[in-house]
Amino acid sequence: METTNTPEVVLSVRNLIKDFSIGKKKTMRAVNEVSFDLCKGEALAIVGESGSGKSTGARVLTRIYDKTGGDIIFKGQPLDEFVKQHGSLEYARQVQMIFQDPFGSLNPVHSIFHHIARPLLIHKRADKKTIEKLVYELLELVGLFPAAETAGKFPHELSGGQRQRVAIARALAVDPEVILADEPISMLDVSVRLGILNLMTDLKDKHGISFMYITHDIATARYFAEKTAVMYVGHMVEWGNSDKVTQTPQHPYTQLLLSAVPEAGQKGRRELGAKKGEIPMWTGDTKGCPFAARCPRALDKCNDSFPGVTQIAEEHFIRCHNI
Amino acid sequence: MNNSIASAPNQQSQFRQTCSTVWMKCKAFFSGNPPAIIGVSLIMVILLGALFAPILSSHNPDKRVARPHVAPNAEHILGSTRNGRDVFSQVLYGARKTLAVSLFAGIIAMSIAIAVGVTSGYMGGKVDEWMNFATNVFLVFPQLPLLIVLAAFLGQVGSMVIAVLLGFTSWPWGARVIRSQTMAIRNKEFIISAEVMGESKIRIILVEILPNLISIVFGGFLGTVIYAMGAEAALGFLGLGDATEVSWGSMLYWAQVSSSLYTGAWWEMLVPAIALALTGGALALINMSIDQVSNPKLKTGPHLKLWKKMNHETEKRRGLV
Ligand SMILES: Nc1ncnc2c1ncn2[C@@H]1O[C@H](COP(=O)(O)OP(=O)(O)O)[C@@H](O)[C@H]1O
Ligand code: SF4
Ligand SMILES: [Mg+2]
Repeated sequence: METTNTPEVVLSVRNLIKDFSIGKKKTMRAVNEVSFDLCKGEALAIVGESGSGKSTGARVLTRIYDKTGGDIIFKGQPLDEFVKQHGSLEYARQVQMIFQDPFGSLNPVHSIFHHIARPLLIHKRADKKTIEKLVYELLELVGLFPAAETAGKFPHELSGGQRQRVAIARALAVDPEVILADEPISMLDVSVRLGILNLMTDLKDKHGISFMYITHDIATARYFAEKTAVMYVGHMVEWGNSDKVTQTPQHPYTQLLLSAVPEAGQKGRRELGAKKGEIPMWTGDTKGCPFAARCPRALDKCNDSFPGVTQIAEEHFIRCHNI
Repeated sequence: MNNSIASAPNQQSQFRQTCSTVWMKCKAFFSGNPPAIIGVSLIMVILLGALFAPILSSHNPDKRVARPHVAPNAEHILGSTRNGRDVFSQVLYGARKTLAVSLFAGIIAMSIAIAVGVTSGYMGGKVDEWMNFATNVFLVFPQLPLLIVLAAFLGQVGSMVIAVLLGFTSWPWGARVIRSQTMAIRNKEFIISAEVMGESKIRIILVEILPNLISIVFGGFLGTVIYAMGAEAALGFLGLGDATEVSWGSMLYWAQVSSSLYTGAWWEMLVPAIALALTGGALALINMSIDQVSNPKLKTGPHLKLWKKMNHETEKRRGLV
């Protein structure tokens, strides 16, 4: 995503590809030709239906999965080189992840104190004497009061929103550059979603942390992120400035997504499902535009090749044959 | 209490927290759970009997202290054996041997099961393939026949040899259940997040995964203990154990050799048999009650159902059912 007044690029991804092997000798392509830049103190929202490869992309970036192809460049250095030079622990420290399910992301047998203290101890940011104070500070930073009492609790004693705050505190514990937030609010009560988004906005603006914010809710993308990228079946189809992408969408898929969102904060997925054509299963050999089967504007060539990148306005890009 | 946590040093408050949690868990476990109360009380009585055998017993279990086959009376409350041993004293001392053998076998089996199951389930890939192969080989091992052949070959084997043999041959089903459960846990987000955090593999296994397996490990342990008790008794009864040691198995053996049931000395046979049945039953009750406690946090129920299913399957393979 080339922008004119670029702040410092922290993490950039070029033509990222991730294949999963399914069964013998068969592979499916979960992420295909994905490119974007993550800038310091900025958020990039990745929007798409479930199954569009958003989580897979994030997991490749945290090195949970190995990439199949493409380049990941962290702080100007290819990822492998960075890891070779600084160690995988250092990369783990700088790129943190927050998961979707606040009930699955905390270990039920350990206290909140354990969850926050471990990263501090692993990355030697605290010793036995200072740990208590640091844990409490972090809990207070994410809005969990009184901190000492919260620290002594176990995950099942907290609400979903409180758990997600713990998960954020855990990520913050290691003072990361980048936080990959994988649908951090989609499983929370509507009433607490805004609180979490505002907390992340704070961290982004005041602490200069870069966020990759994965969501299927385009309204929160615009609320939280400076930039938005729309994904469909592993492909980035439209991206750029959040306002432009969400106010004047040009790609047929983005338009469909937006028409399915009645108002902010509500799930658009169900309405979208009603229009479902076949969602293709992508492999390395599949040709054409992934949206062709459902696209009202499809042309003949849409089944032959995936369109290249077109810049349609400043900070606004799409991949479509029929602009 | 909240205030005390805030002001007390962290370690102390953590300790107190743990204690109160354990206490609450215990209370939750027993309340409205009759099988648990009955099972645990029975086991307590049996354990205390074994522990205080020297104090409780009225006679030396190895010495001739009465005429043969004396019916239960004030002096020998459970009667005497054909060889004039006091049955009450023997059943107390026998509890020691039998329980020691089965607990020892259970500990060995579950240690191996944990080590193999967790490693295999967590590591996956080649390690998993090899360990799974080894598990399957041991799984179809004809265990009891092997023990019988071995015992026959060695003449009579001591109880500790039996314990070790049982331990080293009865771990595979536990390993399989633990493996499958570990595989389920390792994909949970709290494990992935520990990995992303840079936590070491060994700590992930020991600190993050293992505590989540406690109920399943405990269930497996009880299962092995019951099985080992039965096997020890069976071997003893067949005369393949060391008949000079006093255990419930050897008591059964002597009762059978002396045809005590035919001669009307039912107590010599019935006392060790009932002791075995009670202990096995009590352990089974505890096992069942773990199942009954619906603990949504630890998901104990499914663990045990899975364990039972796989155990059943294993026994079928061995031709025991
Ligand atoms: N570990 C995996 N093995 C095989 N296929 C996977 C794996 N993880 C995800 N996939 C597949 O990749 C596609 C994208 O999944 P995902 O990244 O989870 O989508 P999203 O997060 O956008 O919902 C899905 O079709 C999913 O089935
Ligand atoms: S490339 Fe063709 S099929 Fe794909 S969105 Fe554009 S018009 Fe529709
Ligand atoms: Mg996802």
